[in-house]
Parts: sequence; structure tokens; C-alpha cells
Amino acid sequence: MYTKMESDLNRFRKIVRGKIKSSLRKFISSGDLIGRQGNKQVTIPIPRIDLPRFTFGDNQQQGVGQGKGEVGEDTSEGQPQPGEGEAGDQEGNHDLEVEVSMEELAKILGEELALPNIEDKGRENLEDKEYKYSGVLKQGPESLHHFRRTYKEALKRSIAMGNYDPKNPIIIPIKEDKRYRSYTVINKPVANAVIIYMMDVSGSMGDEQKEIVRLTSFWLDTWLSTQYKGIERRYIIHDATAKVVDQDTFYRTKESGGTLISSAYRTAVKMIEDEFKPAEWNIYLFHFSDGDNWSGNDTTECMKILEEKILPISNLFCYGQVESRYGSGQFLRDLVKHFGDNHDKVTLAQIKDRDAIMESLKIFLGTGK
Amino acid sequence: MTQKDTSLTPELREEAERLAEAAKKAGLDCFPTIFEVVDYQQLNEIAAYGGFPTRYPHWRWGMEYERLSKSYTYGLSLIYEMVINTNPCYAYLLRANSMVYQKTVMAHVYGHCDFFKNNYWFSKTNRKMLDQMANHSSTIRKIMNDVGHDEVEAFIDTCLALDNLIDIHGQFKSPVKKKSLEEMESEAKRIPGKLQSKKYMDQYVNPADFLEAQKVKIQHEADQQKNFPERPERDVLKFLIDYAPISTWQKRVLEIIRDEAYYFAPQGQTKIINEGWATYWHSKMMTQLAPLNESEIVDYCDHYAGVVATHGGRLNPYKLGVELLRHVEKRWDEGKFGIDYINCDDPKVRREWNTQAGLGRQKIFEVRKFHNDITFIDEFLDEDFCHQTKMFIYDVDPKTGRQVISSRDFSKIKQQLLSQITNFGQPLIDIVDANFKNRGELLLSHQFSGVEIKHDFAIETLKCLHRIWNRPVHIETWSEDSKKRISWDGQTSSIDKA
Repeated sequence: MYTKMESDLNRFRKIVRGKIKSSLRKFISSGDLIGRQGNKQVTIPIPRIDLPRFTFGDNQQQGVGQGKGEVGEDTSEGQPQPGEGEAGDQEGNHDLEVEVSMEELAKILGEELALPNIEDKGRENLEDKEYKYSGVLKQGPESLHHFRRTYKEALKRSIAMGNYDPKNPIIIPIKEDKRYRSYTVINKPVANAVIIYMMDVSGSMGDEQKEIVRLTSFWLDTWLSTQYKGIERRYIIHDATAKVVDQDTFYRTKESGGTLISSAYRTAVKMIEDEFKPAEWNIYLFHFSDGDNWSGNDTTECMKILEEKILPISNLFCYGQVESRYGSGQFLRDLVKHFGDNHDKVTLAQIKDRDAIMESLKIFLGTGK
Repeated sequence: MTQKDTSLTPELREEAERLAEAAKKAGLDCFPTIFEVVDYQQLNEIAAYGGFPTRYPHWRWGMEYERLSKSYTYGLSLIYEMVINTNPCYAYLLRANSMVYQKTVMAHVYGHCDFFKNNYWFSKTNRKMLDQMANHSSTIRKIMNDVGHDEVEAFIDTCLALDNLIDIHGQFKSPVKKKSLEEMESEAKRIPGKLQSKKYMDQYVNPADFLEAQKVKIQHEADQQKNFPERPERDVLKFLIDYAPISTWQKRVLEIIRDEAYYFAPQGQTKIINEGWATYWHSKMMTQLAPLNESEIVDYCDHYAGVVATHGGRLNPYKLGVELLRHVEKRWDEGKFGIDYINCDDPKVRREWNTQAGLGRQKIFEVRKFHNDITFIDEFLDEDFCHQTKMFIYDVDPKTGRQVISSRDFSKIKQQLLSQITNFGQPLIDIVDANFKNRGELLLSHQFSGVEIKHDFAIETLKCLHRIWNRPVHIETWSEDSKKRISWDGQTSSIDKA
């Protein structure tokens, strides 16, 4: 039995991919996808792809059923189970749930936001070899014998020699006809990356602000994970003092009190010095805050740390300012004043609300660093 | 991919032969039936293709396959069996099924197969549809090579939006005869509307008021002839093929879609009776004609209970079909038919009525030959049956938003059921004017029967229609108690009072 489902399935997947792409903004700002991650897969709910028809509308609520019960009683002992019994042809009205690998999702994100691939900092000494069977050679081990090519050669030869008889198509390959698969070595740089997330958890950062940070980091993670093989994540929260925490705590903690941003930067610098040798690691720092810093002095201190210690060793420093009712937003202005709008390694974004997440992703990742 | 052997195991083959023999003895008359044993992936594939692995390339098979595979993986549903209406008849068995299931499924398949062969509504279907589908597929592939995959697929999508606009009874109507030249001449000689008669009879055969009425009628007919189409045309696809300004390859694609729509139409028309018939016979064979042994019967019963179960009070076509058939069989066995029985008002007499007529088997064979779901239910669903099988009408309680039983009244139930299955529960739509407003616009009309059509879907469908007709398209329907006309002119949609 010849089956050709694969090509139809691919056509369908292509359409699904288009659907995901077109509603990416919605996914990004709603956070629907977070928590749907499996190991390497995300389950994405998309509306059933319907072909339009002339059909009856929703006012067709009546119907005939069977079973016990008095007039006025509830009919639903349970939802009807589709497909029970034998070949059912009723179509359920469910959303389609499609599984997409994180990689695929990142690719879609990349295409939609037109993100450039990240240029590695370039450490040629750290390389891994990969073998790819792409060529054909005349010599090789029998285990790599390429039957089709060999027979093609043999056929060519026998036709050329004039001893090919279409009525009795016997082709015997000789040694010269033999072809073998050959591999080429591809040198792949091993890229390691660490993402250090820092967040202001002072009293002025509310739940909505944290949710925005959470969503933004999810997508940053998704993209960066596809760019590097091994990726490490570290989380730092700060108010007047900074703490290294795990991912869970990072999103949940709510502290009150003042804000000293420099404390977080200092902790990050220490972490890098201890754990991640800048020569071997691509280092990303993301800092989210509502822009309130305790004092001008501390801000000056922050700039100093950034300039002298952080920027020279990192790929990228991103500052995302989340709008909150209490935040003054001063820190962003200070950063702009200090580094200008087009600094090589500093990208700044203002994330007003959920809808702005997509734009900020573009700003953060659009540099290809 | 390695091809697995799909032929029956010797054990299954023996069983298939035994069951075929039993079916034949019982009076079933099947096409030769070829069973293929496949694994769940193959079965899902075949099911996604609607039973025909040779169909033209289209993404929706992929979608269906994905859905089936997913629900199989999650254990939500399991297709046991798949049978297609061809000669020879092909049926697919799931490799992983137990022997009891395989036997049951084979018996069930013989039921379907007999139905396909003998039911009147299937009489016009192409029994070489496997080949036909393969031809369609190669035609479409060829077109795709010429004009491009995307364009053809998009056009198929457009056509599929309209593929329910066929005339399911059209195949059984005799074609409208064109008048010959002689007939037209002899008609012209006569006084319009005057019937032929001897002279002395003329004043009786053609009285003055009759001639007057004839004149009006002829005038009306003449007016109609100015209409295009002359009378409402339900086979919208045929009309488009004949008259729409589309290219040759588009015409070809449309023809293929129409052809396949007609092929599948009888299956939609006979869902209840067909499944009922197959279930009746598999149950009969498994328990009486070719009975299972003691170790198998419990498994069988468990399976059967699943087949005829109702879920959440929903109607199950297998259950309704088989119970109604058994009801008919019982009535004719006991002689509960004829004028005496129908006029009998005494419930006690009616209940105990038994003339030992023994015509049940004969009657249900007759039913399987002539009926489709609508006529089957219309003729045989009676009050006794309705109460015995606890049928009801459900409706949404406006206060709570929950679905509740709203009535157990027999006549309401029957009416509701019939309207539910008329035209497979799809709106009846005709082309009434292809030169609407004298501007070549296309006007459809929805025969309103109480349920509105879905507006957003209607507009999307009109867009598809517009892509084929290339001029503004309209559909007349009813909504909120007034006649409305939904239109699409290529740029904007509008809903007007008509």
C-alpha cells in the first residue's frame, strides 16, 4: 500500500506555522504558552482551521436525544465523547492543539521579528567536529556503499558500451562503477552562554510588572536557547541589597523597601568572576526595573560598574524598564544620558504594557550580539 | 518505510470465509469483500483520506491525520473498522484488535457491504471509485505541475467551501428533456394552451375560463424563461461548471470536487439506517448465525454495549438504527401493520396484537433496499418506539444556560429529528438568479426552515463563490424574523433587508 500522508501532513504543518506566526503577538502578550512547555515541545492551541460553508448558526440549540429524565432535567450526565465506538465521522468543535518544538517556535519568533543570528564572540580554540555525509567518492568502505549511484554508473557504462539490452536489463557493476558516501568535517564552535536576569523587586514593582518581566524572559530564553548549545541561567533580585535566587523565587518574591541598583550589578560582576570566565562564555545581562533608584549617587555608581566591569566582558547588557504607577522612570533617562542611544553593547527598552513586549524583544535581540 | 503484509492471517481468513457463508445464508448479498490488516498508523491514514489512500494531495488530510493520531495517542478514540463502497468492497482491520473484535468487525463489514450493494440510494455511485479517486489525484497532480501547487490548493479550498451545494436527489431525477423541433412547430400551430380535441367536444374540453387560465400560465412560463436559470438550481456546482468564467483547469478541479461530493452523499443520507443494518447483522451473526464461543461472548457484549451506548443523552446513530430496525421486524412479525392495526385505538389490544404474520425479516430487507434515513424515520418511527427508547428534545434553558430536556412529545420529537437530518442537517440553498439586477450578479436563496444560517461563515463562503463567479454574489435568507440579503461584491460585505 502506497501512502503519501507525509506530504499532506507537511502542507498542513506549514499552514499551522503560518497561523502561529500571524498570532505570535497574541501569544507573546498573553503568556498562554508558558506552562505548556514539555521537555522540548510546546503545545500551542490554535483555532480549528475551518473551511467556510453555508451552515446553520448557533440558534440551532435544539436536538433530539435519548435517555431517562423528567422534562426540565439536565441532559448532560457527562460531555459526549467523540469517537467512541466505531469509526466516528462527527467533527468535534475543539481547538487544534499542535505541538511545536522550542526550536521551531524560536525560529518562528526569529522570522517574525526579523532577528539576526547571534555572532559568537569568536573563540576558535573551542571547537567541536561534526560529520556530515554529503559527498560521493570512488573509494570507501563497503559499509558506505551507495547502491543507487553505483547502479547508475553501471547503467551508464553498459549503455555507453552498447551491451545494454532493454529486453533483458541485466546490469552488473564492476569495481570502477562503485560509489561510496563520503563525509565532510564541519567545525562547529562550541558556544556557551549564560543569561543573568536581574530584577528590581522593590515595593513599586507590582504583579503585572513581574508578569511582563516573566513573559519577556521566557521569549528571550526561547531565542537564546536556540543560538547556543549549552545555556546557563542565573537570577538576581534586588531591592536595597541583592540576592542570587532560583527561577521560581525570582518571579514570586515581593519585597518592599528602597532600591539600590548597584547592589545587583555588583553581585552580577562577582558571579561572573567566580563562575564564568569571560573568555569562554557569552554573557548576557538583562535587568528589569521600574526605573526608580534610591539616589543619584548610586546611579553614578551603577554607570561606573557597567562601564568598567560589565560591558568589557559581556556580549550584551539590556535594560528593560517596566512602567509602574510609582516608578519615576529616571534610571532609563540616566542610562540614555550616559551611554547614548546607539551604544554597542547597551540596549534599552521601555515596556509599557504587555503589547510592548514584542517590540522590546526586537530591541534586545535585534542587535545580533 | 518497510511495507507490512496487509493480507489476512490464515486464522482470520478462515473466519472471514465462515462469516461470509453465514451472511450469504441469511440472505445478505455482498460485493466480494477484501480485508486488509493494517496497523493504527495506516488505519489513521486511510481514515484521514476518507477511506481512499489514493486521493489528491491536500492539507486537510494532514489535519485529519494529525487529529486522529493525537486522539489515538491520548486514548480518546479508536477506529475499529473502515469500509468503503466499491466493488470489490475494501475493508480495513486494525492489526492490534483481539480476535473477538476482528470477527465482530468483519460481520459488521458484511452488513455495510450488503447495504452498499442493494440500497437504492447507493445505486448511482461509482463502484470503481478507488480507480476514479486515483485518476482525480493524478489529474490534480498534473494541474499542480502546470500551474503550481499553492494556486491549485487554494482553488481546491475555494471549491470545498461550496461542496455541500449539490442536489442530492438530482441523480435520481430524469434529465429535463429538450423539446424537439417538430414538437415546437406543432405547438406553435395550436392556439396557445388549447388541448387537442374533436371539434364537437371542443367547448367541453376547452371552455373559455380554462383557456383564460392557460393564457396566464403560458405567460408565466414565458416570464420564467427570461429567468436564468429557468427554475431554481440546487446543483450549484454544476451550474458553476457550466456557466462560471473560469479556466479549463479550474473547471476540471471543480468537476472533481463535485464528483467526490456526489459519491459521498449517499453515506450521509443513510448514516442511521446503514449503521443500524450493519449492527443488526453483526449482532445476529455473533450470537446466532455464526455464534462466538463461551470465552468470547463477554468481550463481545462489552464491545456491543459500547457501540450502542448513549453519551450525555446524545442520539447514537448505531443505537437508533438497530433499534428501529428491530422494532420494524417485530411489528411485521406480529402483524402490527395494515389498516386494522392503525385504526385500533385500544392500547391493550394494540399491545397484545399478534397475528403471527412472521413477515419481519422480509420487511427489513425491503427497508434496506428502498429507504434512506429520512424516509426510514418518517415511515417507521412511531409513538410506541419513541416512548420505548426514551427519546426527548433538549434545549438550552435560557435561565441557567444548561441543556435540559424540553419535551417528550412524540410529534415534536419526530419533526425535530426529521428536520435535523434533512439535507444532512445543512441548509437547502438554490441558485435563483444568475443575472440578478440584470448585472450578471449571482443570487442564491436559502430555503428557510426555522434555523438561521451562520452569518460570518456565510460571508466567507460568499467570498469563495465570488472567486469563481467573479461578479457580486448574494444569498437571501431569514434572520431575526425578516428576509435579509447577505452580499459580497468583491470588496465589502453587506446585509440588507430584501
